[in-house]
Amino acid sequence: MKNESFIPTFNWQEHVVTPWRDELSVTLWIVLMAFFVITSCGLIGNYLILRRMALVGDAISHSVLAGIAGVVVFTGGLQVTGLFIGALIAGVMTAVLIEIIYCYSRVKQDAAIGITFTTLFALGVIMINLKSGQVHIDEECVLYGEIAFVPLDQIKIPLSPALIGVIDGFPLASQFIKGGQLVVASDVLRMGIVMILVIILIWAFYKELLVSSFDSALAYSLGVNAKVVHYGLMSLLSIVVVSAFESVGAILVVAMLILPGATAHLLSARLPVIMGLTVLHAILSALLGFHLAKWLDCSIAGALVVAAMGLFLLAWIFGIHDGFLGKWMRKRKVREVFPEKIPEPVA
Amino acid sequence: MRGLFLFLILVLLSPEIVWADRIGDISQTSMMDQAKRFFSLKDPAVRYALLGSILLGISCGILGSFIVVRRMALFGDTLSHAVLPGVALGFMWNMSKDPVAIFVGATLAGIAGGLLVNLITQTTRLKEDTALGLVLASFFAVGICLLTRIQKISTGSKGGLDAYLFGQAASLNKDDVVLMGVVTVLAVLLITFFYKELLITSFDAAFAKAAGFPVALIQYALMLLLAFSVVIALQAVGVVLVSAMLITPAAAAYLLTDRMHIMLLLASIFGVAAGAAGAFFSFLSTNLPTGPLMVMGASLVFVLAFLFGPKHGVITRWWRRQSRSAQVQRENTLKAIYRVLEDREFEGEGVSLRELAENRRETIDEVRGQSRALKAHQMATLHDEGDSVHLTPEGWQRACEIVRNHRLWELYLTNEAHIASDHVHDDAEVIEHVLGEETVRQLERTLNHARYDPHGRPIPGLMDLKIGGQAAGGPMTVPGYGRPI
Repeated sequence: MKNESFIPTFNWQEHVVTPWRDELSVTLWIVLMAFFVITSCGLIGNYLILRRMALVGDAISHSVLAGIAGVVVFTGGLQVTGLFIGALIAGVMTAVLIEIIYCYSRVKQDAAIGITFTTLFALGVIMINLKSGQVHIDEECVLYGEIAFVPLDQIKIPLSPALIGVIDGFPLASQFIKGGQLVVASDVLRMGIVMILVIILIWAFYKELLVSSFDSALAYSLGVNAKVVHYGLMSLLSIVVVSAFESVGAILVVAMLILPGATAHLLSARLPVIMGLTVLHAILSALLGFHLAKWLDCSIAGALVVAAMGLFLLAWIFGIHDGFLGKWMRKRKVREVFPEKIPEPVA
Repeated sequence: MRGLFLFLILVLLSPEIVWADRIGDISQTSMMDQAKRFFSLKDPAVRYALLGSILLGISCGILGSFIVVRRMALFGDTLSHAVLPGVALGFMWNMSKDPVAIFVGATLAGIAGGLLVNLITQTTRLKEDTALGLVLASFFAVGICLLTRIQKISTGSKGGLDAYLFGQAASLNKDDVVLMGVVTVLAVLLITFFYKELLITSFDAAFAKAAGFPVALIQYALMLLLAFSVVIALQAVGVVLVSAMLITPAAAAYLLTDRMHIMLLLASIFGVAAGAAGAFFSFLSTNLPTGPLMVMGASLVFVLAFLFGPKHGVITRWWRRQSRSAQVQRENTLKAIYRVLEDREFEGEGVSLRELAENRRETIDEVRGQSRALKAHQMATLHDEGDSVHLTPEGWQRACEIVRNHRLWELYLTNEAHIASDHVHDDAEVIEHVLGEETVRQLERTLNHARYDPHGRPIPGLMDLKIGGQAAGGPMTVPGYGRPI
């Protein structure tokens, strides 16, 4: 098998056109799932970046394993509601434990984060191993996830015949209608609901999140309870993580929490603009990542992150707000006004 | 999760198989036998796993101490994820699990990740935590892509690479342990030689820079060492849990001491203990993974230090606060008894609970509890069915000391700090419990051995403590109150 080269030649027809023309029912679900995951993670991630809690997101996405393992061990099954509750408890517990360690001892916040999530992760791995007696089939899944399985698990949604008729009218959409019912990948449906929940919550509590992220003293004087906002955000994060990680895996959830927001932060300083850019980043990295994975025939989740990272690098180099290009242009403008050498500002 | 689901279905479908497997294991070798086998060190796998865990504990402990005090604890986490593409590239060097090639590749990838974090924080507005998380996830994703690619084009020989993700101490071989030994010795030597430089740059970077130390160079050297130790730790505990081995023992040591060299020593001891315990317990049963057990061991040490650490432990501090406030309570009761006696010019024996309650403005029950506390500490005896409190010599002495401290301090505040005499009571009420003998002597000298406090009450002197002590229990009409010694 070694004769196959490490980087296959790129074939536009095979890697870009065919998935959409011939395998639409698979492609669409994967790309939609990726888009939903990246959007919901990215929108929450913006607030994590602003609050300098990017690594708390990392911690929670790891310790969710303990919650899931706990549910599996104690209930023996894997109901969706049970998983959500377990993950929610684990996520909030992580946030609380970090707070306890760094409030009640002189250990700093970074070390507190590291201790908490590694302990919970180890606990989760041990619980799973005790239960199954076999090593690392599950942690692997938690770490990478496998988005390629998303289209396999489908549910039928009964819709009114009139609506079905409308959908059937479109040439490509007709293949999603089977026996007068709309067939949808259940994970995608769930993730879509989570994304809508995230958008609604952010929209509803926009003011509270904004003020408590930028100026906690002002938030306090305005009567916004920063603790409630903090734990609310952590709960929402846990929900997003648990519904996302089976498709992109814990570590790649971390990537999607940070990369879209970080990219947007390099391009703008206005939060509404940043939110819009996050969604744009999500669309682009979902599409690019999917085709990258088709081309290289590698893990889709990994390729999604590589595409997202590529977009970040582009923003870093060409960003007009905080990228190298923007800095260079601003410097040149200053030169035009002050031709003589001006001293470098002291960092 | 789907994998988990499928697996669970498998388990549910064939419970007998799984169950029989376990019972078979247990009946073949009991836990005692396994423990004996472990301690006899006959198996080479056990020897390598144990030796590897010990070396790992030492190198992670000492390097972790530096990253914990430098507040870059999660840098280790980022490094451990960032080395993954290097592991894959090292594997691709000649498509085999060659420890040296993987070591070199992983170290280079780790350094690239570290430099990228620095570059991002220096050239953009993004903060360090964002940069760390960004590099962590991006590099890890590149690594996953490479690994899955390797899996696609070369079937079979990839097997050993999974060990880097989840850690398998049992799969350590001689070469791995030799490499671990080299890295550990290197780390110990470098830290011994450059201890002063590391110490000063860790605690006061600005001063170190002013004193001419190459701060950036030392930072990068430490990063390099950290990358080395992360890479050797990967095989034993896996990507996610390396940071635990770096942070947790060091954080536990940080709670126990204020001296860096003791912290280094403690952190390596904790690391070694956690590593050895993990290796031991995972050997006892077939379904216990080594890495997570090591981490749980380290976390247990941390929790113990967090709760019971002699200086900073939460429960220790709570206990100290409790006993301190109980002591203050007792001393306040003693003071009240003294004042009751003073008001009747030390006539009569003992003080009734009623008088005490009136003086302290509390209920009889509260005062009864306090008098029992005094009795428990041999400060007083109770008479008349507990209604009357008599001070013992020790109680009398302590009561005099407290009153003396209180009144001396009031006088000091009035005379030396020029505070109005009706504003000094509250301050004295707090400080009377903590003034030491040395300070009292100094106060007495400063105040010229004054005999009366600002409110005109006599200040008990050394003499009173002695004479009063002898006379306690009898009618305490002793001359010489407030007299200079």
